[in-house]
Amino acid sequence: MAKLTLKWLSAEDEFPDVRKHNNHMAKVLNLEMYKKLRERVTPNGFTIDGVIQTGVDNPGHPFIMTVGCVAGDEETYEVFKELLDPVIEARHGGYKPQDKHKTDLKSENLKGGDDLDPNYVLSSRVRTGRSIRGFCLPPHCSRGERRAVEKLSVEALDSLSGDLKGKYYALKNMTEAEQQQLIDDHFLFDKPVSPLLLASGMARDWPDARGIWHNNNKTFLVWVNEEDHLRVISMQKGGNMREVFSRFCTGLTKIETLFKERGHAFMWNEHLGYVLTCPSNLGTGLRAGVHVKLPNMSKHAKFEEVLKKLRLQKRGTGGVDTAAVGGVFDISNADRLGFSEVELVQMVVDGVKLLVDMEKRLEKGQSIDDLMPAQK
Amino acid sequence: MPFGNTHNNFKLNYKVEEEFPDLSKHNNHMAKALTKEIYAKLRDKQTPSGYTLDDVIQTGIDNPGHPFIMTVGCVAGDEESYEVFKDLLDPVISDRHGGYKPTDKHKTDLNFENLKGGDDLDPNYVLSSRVRTGRSIKGYTLPPHNSRGERRAIEKLAVEALTSLDGEFKGKYYPLKSMTDAEQEQLISDHFLFDKPVSPLLTCAGMARDWPDARGIWHNDSKTFLVWVNEEDHLRVISMQKGGNMREVFRRFCVGLQKIEEIFKKHNHGFMWNEHLGYILTCPSNLGTGLRGGVHVKLPKLSTHAKFEEILTRLRLQKRGTGGVDTASVGGVFDISNADRLGSSEVEQVQLVVDGVKLMVEMEKKLEKGEAIDSMIPAQK
Repeated sequence: MAKLTLKWLSAEDEFPDVRKHNNHMAKVLNLEMYKKLRERVTPNGFTIDGVIQTGVDNPGHPFIMTVGCVAGDEETYEVFKELLDPVIEARHGGYKPQDKHKTDLKSENLKGGDDLDPNYVLSSRVRTGRSIRGFCLPPHCSRGERRAVEKLSVEALDSLSGDLKGKYYALKNMTEAEQQQLIDDHFLFDKPVSPLLLASGMARDWPDARGIWHNNNKTFLVWVNEEDHLRVISMQKGGNMREVFSRFCTGLTKIETLFKERGHAFMWNEHLGYVLTCPSNLGTGLRAGVHVKLPNMSKHAKFEEVLKKLRLQKRGTGGVDTAAVGGVFDISNADRLGFSEVELVQMVVDGVKLLVDMEKRLEKGQSIDDLMPAQK
Repeated sequence: MPFGNTHNNFKLNYKVEEEFPDLSKHNNHMAKALTKEIYAKLRDKQTPSGYTLDDVIQTGIDNPGHPFIMTVGCVAGDEESYEVFKDLLDPVISDRHGGYKPTDKHKTDLNFENLKGGDDLDPNYVLSSRVRTGRSIKGYTLPPHNSRGERRAIEKLAVEALTSLDGEFKGKYYPLKSMTDAEQEQLISDHFLFDKPVSPLLTCAGMARDWPDARGIWHNDSKTFLVWVNEEDHLRVISMQKGGNMREVFRRFCVGLQKIEEIFKKHNHGFMWNEHLGYILTCPSNLGTGLRGGVHVKLPKLSTHAKFEEILTRLRLQKRGTGGVDTASVGGVFDISNADRLGSSEVEQVQLVVDGVKLMVEMEKKLEKGEAIDSMIPAQK
């Protein structure tokens, strides 16, 4: 049924004006590339215009470099590789088309991580995304596909047991009480308002087939059909990142097994790792972080440099694009692709431990020069 | 539109029941008209340019509506949408346009001389008069669906046509993407500037894609004739001025429109029009004349009268706040305009506004003097 929109106008006529744009897509896309790519379509009907629309509509910010393109299905990364390979390379620190990505979800390979000082580290969290092979991604999927993803997910999650036993709350028929509880727990996700997401079509048919599943202990949470098919989150108060990561790996592996039993694998390949909607989340799709009190450290002249050397990034406690409140920062790994899950969480564990040591020094008015790390 | 499941090849592998949208909490014309049978029949169809049923209805799925305002909930992506998807759009049109049937014919009348009176609405009450409509250019797809290349071609044609106008219509084009700060300030002060749509009714239909590429505003030097390019329709044409001389506003409207149409025809791109639906526009609510003729009028007493709504209904008029649709009235000043678009001509609709507003101002004057208006209540037009 796929039929490309009438293309009686030339590539020059159709080429987007991205001269004032500041996102990865705009920096990479040129007329020759567009001319070539507009002739292609993925087997499921996704086109180059679909890939880039969000980047055309959102010129970006002079200081924040957004990605500006999305995948509509697994094949997007292959069919439009002329655009996406350079975007991936720019976004993921020089990652090349021939590079291989290593997956390691064996939490026992993590060293330490169970003793971050809870006087400073208020909470620990690890999240990732997963896409289910055989279905189009949120920018392009149909209602039937989205509902099938939900059905499969709920079946898989309902069969979890022990400390992972939990319940699914579909967005469209949540009770007022359930909704309030999920808000209080900070679990509820709402219809996206970010134009970055809206412009790529991810909010279509909201809230159909969207929902939240969490275990009874409220330490393991899955979002269904938000920006990715699944977003998987493990979290708890305090600094025991080791336990958070262990639950994360166990839960994810169990879910993957359950999906495979039902004939559905996660999208993965040895070059890109786990395939997700946004190119920024390829590889591990993993963001492991803590909320940590660093009122002195954060005012130190070398704070940014230390973060960079540790391969960490800071955010406000409201998440991406928010400001820190009361000297409490969200510190997480900056990388996603080219490092394994264990390696990334190790960087967070080691880096945060060091930052807390530095904070304690600064509290006592001592210097931290001898603690400065080398570039990881 | 480029994003969305327009050309998703997997969706036909799913049964109708699996793909059919959940409209149980929806209140718009599309939700009332769409059945599983219609969806089953039309879901694998597309117009020659590739517009599908899912595209038509996406905005109505994403915007359940309001318990008191009945939105349309569907849009056309091209001229052929109204034909290919007539099983859905005919009942929507009938519902929205007072029972208009698939066999009905629509009359177009842009001869302003056929308007009776309209030059003497009391300017102490009628603060300003305005007539607007939309036009779509044949051979191009509509804003929910068109490509950057098409939109730019429409802009180019529109600018050529408009810059060739002279006399009272001589003017200038201001493209949104290269406006200076000074020009922008001026257009805002004149209340001419339109901004990127924020209404989800429009954004969910894909009309804001590639903003502000190929969008712009043209107006004449006297600031009484204004054209929006590539907003919700290819062209929106507006004639306006202070005071109550609706006749003059309508004259300028008709003359300007016809001049523009001639130029487009010369380039082999006439306006989309047929004898059943009149002028074809993006939203089914604007079919027919696409015309909204209205005034800003002071009716502090009449608007608080128990029969105000009934009078409006009988006069086939509607009220809005002075900020336009979905705004509240301020200081007793209302925007009063024709309610109909399809099934009556331009002259007929403006006549209703002229006669109706004249009557309401007289009622207002009576109420000021403490007199009754019962004898003046009109019959249903």
